[in-house]
Amino acid sequence: MQKYSLQLTDEEKEILAGKQGETMRKALESVVLYGQIFGAEHLAPIGGSVHLVTSFGIPLLKPVFSLVDELIAAGLKTAKPFTVDPRPMDFQNVPANILEKFIFKKIMYGKQAQYEEQLRKVGLKDDKSFTCTCYMDEVGNIPRKGQILAWAESSAVVYANSVLGARTNRNSGLLELLCGITGRAPVFGLLTDEGRKADWLIEVKTKSLPEAQILGSAIGMKVMEEVPFVTGLTSFLGEELNQRVKDYLKDMGAAAASNGAVGLYHIEDLTPEALELSRGLLKSGYKTYVIDDAELKRVRDSYPLMWKNPAASPKICFIGCPHLSLRQIYEWLEHFETELKSSGKKKLAVTTVMTAAPAVVDAFRNDKDSYSRLTGIGARLTSICPLMYMNNPLCVKKAVMTNSNKLRTYTTARYFTDAETARIAVEGGIHG
Amino acid sequence: MAEKIREFKGRAVMPGKVSGEAVVSRQGFNTLASFQKGAMSNKKIIKCGDQNNADVYGKALSGKVLCLPKTIGSTTGGMVLQTAASMGAAPLAMLFSEKIDSLAAAGVILADVWNGNRIVTVDSLGAEFLAFVQHDQKIDIFDDGRVLVHQS
Repeated sequence: MQKYSLQLTDEEKEILAGKQGETMRKALESVVLYGQIFGAEHLAPIGGSVHLVTSFGIPLLKPVFSLVDELIAAGLKTAKPFTVDPRPMDFQNVPANILEKFIFKKIMYGKQAQYEEQLRKVGLKDDKSFTCTCYMDEVGNIPRKGQILAWAESSAVVYANSVLGARTNRNSGLLELLCGITGRAPVFGLLTDEGRKADWLIEVKTKSLPEAQILGSAIGMKVMEEVPFVTGLTSFLGEELNQRVKDYLKDMGAAAASNGAVGLYHIEDLTPEALELSRGLLKSGYKTYVIDDAELKRVRDSYPLMWKNPAASPKICFIGCPHLSLRQIYEWLEHFETELKSSGKKKLAVTTVMTAAPAVVDAFRNDKDSYSRLTGIGARLTSICPLMYMNNPLCVKKAVMTNSNKLRTYTTARYFTDAETARIAVEGGIHG
Repeated sequence: MAEKIREFKGRAVMPGKVSGEAVVSRQGFNTLASFQKGAMSNKKIIKCGDQNNADVYGKALSGKVLCLPKTIGSTTGGMVLQTAASMGAAPLAMLFSEKIDSLAAAGVILADVWNGNRIVTVDSLGAEFLAFVQHDQKIDIFDDGRVLVHQS
């Protein structure tokens, strides 16, 4: 057996010697090597369920399908049922022409059904488990504070670490599955007390509550993968971690994770570890970044406009990357109805697609009056990943608008604030 | 004129002894954006498709010694690297000026353990290495993490 620098248990040594089969040996070897590279001293048992990033059956990823087939052939599955990122397609609720559908179904995601079958065999929770917000009450993959995890989806990782106080590194796809199969994660980085200390003091000094998506973007671009400790937000958000605040932090964190590589942030007087340790979380020699209204404007003005025709009117509006909470769907319904009333209109002018976890969509649909009002104004509700929609070479050419800084970062979608999004979706034009 | 050789020392993450030509990204290297288009077309020689990375956009990555600070972007990055390796289209080696990131680490591990494709990898070579190395320079890499850059 190869010599590893980690301290291994007798059982782990036996697995690495092949006592539980060659596939399990390779799974654990991958996890151990991963830990070794980052100086982990040992592996820790995973407490919660795994959340996978790879939800799409893109034929390109042949080695992924082969690896999962190997796990299935060896009879291996995760100890606890897992959740996974959103599905890529929903032709009932998301507009696509014949050619776009052909590319989605036959070229881009041609292995979707086969891959979902593979996922079921290695431990997928159920058919409703396809979402990037697995931590919503309706979905139920909600880790406890301090629990060791192995998650991969960057927006979920930053939420689990920061808002819930669980502990996961920002893992690559497949590594998180192998951690789930072996039931172990290497202890380094954000799994350690030292790794969770803040490198940055972020002082928010704006006149009002900053747009979550731009604040997160500013923080991400500045600190990249380091840990920020944010002050000045509770004067706007209050000190209670209620659903409204959690939604704000969800969107801020996703922007910080995608515009940089933030895996954990602390909010003074609000998030679990900041409540316990306060500014004791700051490392000695920490750096400081002051964010005022001018800085937020500077950051927003730096976003390139990637539309083929910059003067185009938006064709599609995506709201919900990461997926919306149930409360946010109601809030958007209210935004749209207010905007429609003041414009004297009955329907949205831009095809508007709102995305949320399947269980959240179900919960909203069960409120028949609200669902009828939402569809009545022309909004559509789905559970796909807008990023995967935008990967289609035909869709990427469309004038797509969004209130998501993550979607803006990874695609050609144009970013607007929530208020601008509501107004443009109703009126159809951008007006500067 | 005599050839000058400069030696750098890093940590051998995936040890190996290989030689090849450098392709240099001085900014974070987005694995998905760089490999996706070429891999989708099933090409043996993948050229970088990341329009946001002027350093390497349009340059061949397959079989080259990719010099970079670290990888960035989607957490699918590791799988994409593994896929490129299984197609025979991955870089011959990856030389990181900084400590390797978790996504690239996963990629070289998955390729090695599950497919037997070794991407020789050295990290922690330092900012001076990345400032020094230029496209197309010949590079020799040794098992112990030593890297020789031929300045011709």
